[in-house]
Amino acid sequence: MRNWLAAHRRACTGTLSRLAGAPLASLFNIAVIGTALALPLGFYVVLANLQGLARDFSPQPQLSVFLAQDAAAGDVRALEQRLKSQSGVANFRFVSRTQALETLKSRAGLADVMAGLADNPLPDAFVVTAAAHDAAVLETLRGEFAGWPKVAEVHVDSDWARRLDSLLALGRYAVLMLAAALALALVAITFNTIRLQILTQRDEIEVAKLIGATDGWIRRPFLYFGGILGAAGGAAAWLMIWIALLVFNTQLKPLSALYGIPLRLAHLSAGDSLAALLFAATLGWFGAWLSVRRHLHAYNPS
Amino acid sequence: MTDIVLSKVYKRYAGGHEALADVTMNIATGEMVFITGHSGAGKSTLLKLMAAIERPTAGSVIVNGQNIGALRAQGIPFLRRNFGLVFQDHKLLFDRSVFDNVMLPLDITGFDRREGAGRARAALDKVGLLHKEKARPITLSGGEQQRLCIARAIVHRPAILLADEPTGNLDADYAAGIGDLFRDFNQVGVTVVLATHDLQLAARLQPRLIEVRGGRIVS
Ligand SMILES: Nc1ncnc2c1ncn2[C@@H]1O[C@H](COP(=O)(O)OP(=O)(O)OP(=O)(O)O)[C@@H](O)[C@H]1O
Ligand SMILES: [Mg+2]
Repeated sequence: MRNWLAAHRRACTGTLSRLAGAPLASLFNIAVIGTALALPLGFYVVLANLQGLARDFSPQPQLSVFLAQDAAAGDVRALEQRLKSQSGVANFRFVSRTQALETLKSRAGLADVMAGLADNPLPDAFVVTAAAHDAAVLETLRGEFAGWPKVAEVHVDSDWARRLDSLLALGRYAVLMLAAALALALVAITFNTIRLQILTQRDEIEVAKLIGATDGWIRRPFLYFGGILGAAGGAAAWLMIWIALLVFNTQLKPLSALYGIPLRLAHLSAGDSLAALLFAATLGWFGAWLSVRRHLHAYNPS
Repeated sequence: MTDIVLSKVYKRYAGGHEALADVTMNIATGEMVFITGHSGAGKSTLLKLMAAIERPTAGSVIVNGQNIGALRAQGIPFLRRNFGLVFQDHKLLFDRSVFDNVMLPLDITGFDRREGAGRARAALDKVGLLHKEKARPITLSGGEQQRLCIARAIVHRPAILLADEPTGNLDADYAAGIGDLFRDFNQVGVTVVLATHDLQLAARLQPRLIEVRGGRIVS
């Protein structure tokens, strides 16, 4: 076990010294991988910020439940009871038709118009605040309320939320597709890098195999190399985005002072950063694994 | 007990050249055997078959009870660790030091590195190369490279030594020294199989001689 650990540590330090041994080539490789990763990652950062912004600025999700003209006081009480026990409702208030009329009358210019009416044309109404911002939740609530007796109409102010939601969903798809394409690029880059390494180390591989090295032992340093290359590329991408955000946020500062609201884009959370790094490392590892699998066959006895 | 059994072995290389034909021989544990013959007779091919570097076209090669022809690829590394191999073309790694070359057989088995360093130095000392441990193999003379190859072959204390022309580049003094080294190994129970032209060495060590001619065993 200790030997096994030591062997892994040696493969790891060997990889690092190999990277340091050819600093220019290593830097170039890492920069290429970093750029490939920075694109989807940067897109993701912008998306996450938009999502946060949308959450911060979205008003309370409200539904207006208008009752039928012939709804009696008993009906109103019955609906009130139902609303109290309805899940997904944060709170609600009742606006009677007379109250509504008063409000309208108090508005400048409307008093005369209202005075001309013989009857109060306004219905009783409940203004319901939903517990969630989710467009789908609002939609189900609307369906629910519309089915209740003495309810004439339900209005949801969820249109813009839904639009933003579908826009963000589209953005997420775009990020996923971009990430998939560039993941492929990363795998291809490590595949090729490892192929070249195997070529330059063919003597070493041949001799090691001749004197009893297992395929696993020969594979290990290449896999480490791929994984470390991927992780370093991921770190480079993180750094690039960090710098971009730094510049961008500095530009935003005067604007944010002008409007008196804190406008700034946040970087990936610690968890997301770690996930991105692990993902990049896994891709590098995978590219190396494919390459080694493909190119070590030539060294078996005939 | 026998270490190596070849029966009715044929080896035809990809080019169509028949390097060995109808070879049958036994090498017992602890034996010292010299394989002699003219250049191109098939001596190296014989050793390569024993070490599973080549597979026989027909017949069977059995080492430590394992049939090499039927051995799975995963089994080959563990079979090879029984051997110390001295290659005719040395197969040294020129991008690492003499010391690291000798460490390689220990590294691949995950041997403790500190303990391994002691063994590597002992092996280098035996072939008279300890003072060159930090040198690059490219800076060594032909004979020194050959001795380095021998040090690498013995460092993991193999049960069987397969040496292809181990004294080809050495002058008589060094050849005698290396010969004594092989005899010492043989005396502690290591099976030694040498392919060589060196009749002086044969006279000194008095091994069993197997002569190959045109791919067949003649005596
Ligand atoms: N990989 C190969 N492909 C094709 N032919 C080969 C190969 N290796 C050896 N041969 C041929 O097989 C024959 C035996 O070769 P081998 O290397 O076994 O001879 P040898 O007895 O070791 O000769 P030497 O004393 O010169 O080392 C030779 O004719 C050689 O040309
Ligand atoms: Mg030969």
